[in-house]
Amino acid sequence: MGEAIVITSGKGGVGKTTTTANLGTALALQNKKVCLVDTDIGLRNLDVVMGLENRIIYDIVDVVNERCKTKQALITDKRFDCLHLLPAAQTSDKSEVTPEAIKAIVDELKQDYDYIVIDCPAGIEQGYKNAVAGADRAIVVTTPEKSSVRDADRIIGLLEQEDIESPKLVINRIRNHMMKNGDMLEVDEIVSVLSIDLLGIIIDDDAVIKAANSGEPVAMKPDSKASIAYRNIARRILGEAVPLQNLDEESGVFAKVKRFFGIRS
Amino acid sequence: MVANIQKIMIKGTRDGLTLQLDDQCRFEELLRELEEKLSMNGLADDEPMIRVSIQVGKRYLSDEQKEQLTEIIREKQKLVVDQIESEVITKQEALDWKEHSQITPVVRTIRSGQVEHVTGDLLLIGDVNPGGQVEATGNIFVLGKLRGIAHAGINGDARAVIAASYMQPSQLRIADQVSRSPDYESEGVYMESGFIDEQEEKIRIDRLQEVVKKRPDLASFERRMLNG
Repeated sequence: MGEAIVITSGKGGVGKTTTTANLGTALALQNKKVCLVDTDIGLRNLDVVMGLENRIIYDIVDVVNERCKTKQALITDKRFDCLHLLPAAQTSDKSEVTPEAIKAIVDELKQDYDYIVIDCPAGIEQGYKNAVAGADRAIVVTTPEKSSVRDADRIIGLLEQEDIESPKLVINRIRNHMMKNGDMLEVDEIVSVLSIDLLGIIIDDDAVIKAANSGEPVAMKPDSKASIAYRNIARRILGEAVPLQNLDEESGVFAKVKRFFGIRS
Repeated sequence: MVANIQKIMIKGTRDGLTLQLDDQCRFEELLRELEEKLSMNGLADDEPMIRVSIQVGKRYLSDEQKEQLTEIIREKQKLVVDQIESEVITKQEALDWKEHSQITPVVRTIRSGQVEHVTGDLLLIGDVNPGGQVEATGNIFVLGKLRGIAHAGINGDARAVIAASYMQPSQLRIADQVSRSPDYESEGVYMESGFIDEQEEKIRIDRLQEVVKKRPDLASFERRMLNG
């Protein structure tokens, strides 16, 4: 019996879809059976980020309306056999499906997969309710901006009313130099306001945008900082204790010597 | 004869007159006797107004009956009704008192979009996040960070206060007064309390210790009874 994790944020454009794609990829890298579910009906993106758009035949609305079986709508990833995607429909809208219908699909998928990662649309209306219906756990994505923290707070309040575990926090798009200058909210400050457990921090990395445009999740590239961050999050979900990434980019002999002696700046 | 037993005792005190009304007879008899008594000893016009306090013992008076009593006294003489004291209240009033006088503890974070309303005083153990709101008919005490909106004395109690371990509210409201945070970025303050400054007629924030001096009756039962 698998576990369903919903990725949500309230605000749009903070990186829910990117997080869903990379978290799914990172879990698949750990040899877990993973199914990604896109519930952003009408504005589907997850298939594009995963580079699987050209493979879609049936979508989630077809499954809900019993035009096909769930298994027929699932797309196998090009990189991993253990990673599948249930795409959203582009031609319908969110009122086409009900929370009960999504829950039934997620429950069915939980029989065959270790993790179901659900990509939630922005907002707190029907689409959000659909996405949350089948979830056992929730991950709230935010960026170090006031408006996105405010919306994350609202979403956490709504999630607390659901019958799911206390949500975990991912802070995305961190710009280290801005945070140091005090031009951006600090990680500690965000965690203090939202008062939920921090699951991971992801640096604002050009590689993420590049990867999304080429349909190749950044988690596949082991040399980028964001990739390591996503892999760390996956390991934390699997129960490993992984320390938070050091954001400082120090290089040179002196930094290496310092690191050798365990001195942190 | 039973009928001759006095149903109304009049006592003079330093503060005026005290009428002690019998609590066993019918209310109409009381009214009749009161009218008689007051018509007998008329007062001269140049005398000052006399304050009267009425004690009705274990009789429950409805608002209508209270009005009748006051009416008779006001009509007949140069008397002013100061107060009507009864030793009994209705169950509903007692429950209201209890509600208004109790402190309700709430243990959670009030997040953006959430509103917590209590009757009486609120003791919040947790934060009020930006966009969240707490309301109480009495005082608000926040053991945590107040970053959202707090409205104390929501039914009009201007003596209510809002205290927080860490004060950085977007708005403080007490009774019908509102104050908002400055437009520039500002740090919060620790262990302070908002209250209405009577002279300036607006909300001020001061150290908790100072506000306690201004509201010495903060914890007394009587004050909180009148919250509603």
